[in-house]
Amino acid sequence: MSKHHVTATINGEPTEFLCETSQSLLDVLRDELELTGSKEGCTSGDCGACSVMLDGRLVCSCLVLGVEASGRTVDTIEGMAQGADLHPLQRHFLEGAALQCGICTPGFLIAARALLERTPDPTETEIRYWLAGNLCRCTGYDKIVRAVMDAAAEMRGAR
Amino acid sequence: MKAQQYEAPDSIDKAVALLAAAKGQARVLAGGTDLLIQMRVGRLSADTIVDIKCIAELRKISREDGGFKIGAAVSGAEADEHAELVAHWPGVVEGWELIGSTQIQGRATLAGNLCNASPAADGVPALIAAGAQVTIVGPNGSRKVPVEAIPTGPGRNSLAKGEFVTYFHLPKRPPHSSDAYLRLIPRTEMDIAVVGCAVNLTLDAGGTCTAASVALGAVAPTVVKVPDGAKALIGTKLDAAALDKLAAAASAACKPIDDKRGTVVYRTKIAGVLARRAALIAYERARKRA
Repeated sequence: MSKHHVTATINGEPTEFLCETSQSLLDVLRDELELTGSKEGCTSGDCGACSVMLDGRLVCSCLVLGVEASGRTVDTIEGMAQGADLHPLQRHFLEGAALQCGICTPGFLIAARALLERTPDPTETEIRYWLAGNLCRCTGYDKIVRAVMDAAAEMRGAR
Repeated sequence: MKAQQYEAPDSIDKAVALLAAAKGQARVLAGGTDLLIQMRVGRLSADTIVDIKCIAELRKISREDGGFKIGAAVSGAEADEHAELVAHWPGVVEGWELIGSTQIQGRATLAGNLCNASPAADGVPALIAAGAQVTIVGPNGSRKVPVEAIPTGPGRNSLAKGEFVTYFHLPKRPPHSSDAYLRLIPRTEMDIAVVGCAVNLTLDAGGTCTAASVALGAVAPTVVKVPDGAKALIGTKLDAAALDKLAAAASAACKPIDDKRGTVVYRTKIAGVLARRAALIAYERARKRA
């Protein structure tokens, strides 16, 4: 079976890659495109470490086939900072020590950004439910939730 | 995970033809949140994957005969954003929305939840209480069946080789009707139902129940309807005596298993509790709908 030739828009750039049917989008991002910011945790859609945006929708890239990205837009953690300028969420995660080992962090950032795009002023409860599919075994979540609230406040003020 | 061929047809007819012509095992891919995991752990195999998400009509929610037609490739997140569907069938949407995380909701479909045939599928009881039907297509054409005809036991469904679900059909709502779905899990989010219960009600203008349907999940190999519980509500305004009868009927309808999530005794008791609570939520919603 020959490989699929896929064209997708990844972090705003038209991108081509070859993949097997059985490769997930996460496999493609990490192994073919060297975009290793999205992490492999559980490979069963439970941990959220591989979260990316697919056509503007938050998904686990381990549960998407690479070939499904054909003609679609994919946004990963690598596209979050603008050059040296960190996204407010990234800055507040750093300032608020909302990470320790860091494996879950890219997934949390992508998921939190998706929340703030539709809900600029979320309650703590809304944040906790929205992020229930992102697991962190280091922080105990409080600092993550606080960092999201702080970033949301800053982003609302900046509007 | 082994899979050789991937096809993404842009029409139902092409999907049917691909499934009929496929050599070896062919699988339909909708949201993929069950299929890809089961392939990865080796529980399912596929020589050919037929992705139905490029079939435009299966990505739509539309009005049909005063009710709704939901394409098999619509995700939970898309349903949640459909204000009209949520207003008419809040119980159906809240069951669907309980499946997995935000990330899973971005992909997971009702058709997948139904055909995966977990006894604890959160999307299914409210569909059955709603009297929903599904359209199935296959090599012998198309047919429409009630939702409860699809799951036949844990992990098993009644679809023949080459068949797949294309649409859900939710009927037209009379005035003062609504529904609700509740489930119990040991934590607040992201778990599998110990018990799930859907109640669908229609009231008259004075608030007396004129039609009811009650369905329980996770208490038997497939969803259990509770006609005695529904009967207990009809003709009442859901007073304490009617709710007691509903709860007793719900508990009596259970044939659950013991497992790490709940014992037989616990599940049986909880079925009554959830039926009572879901009925009251559906009642309040129905009263507010002219």
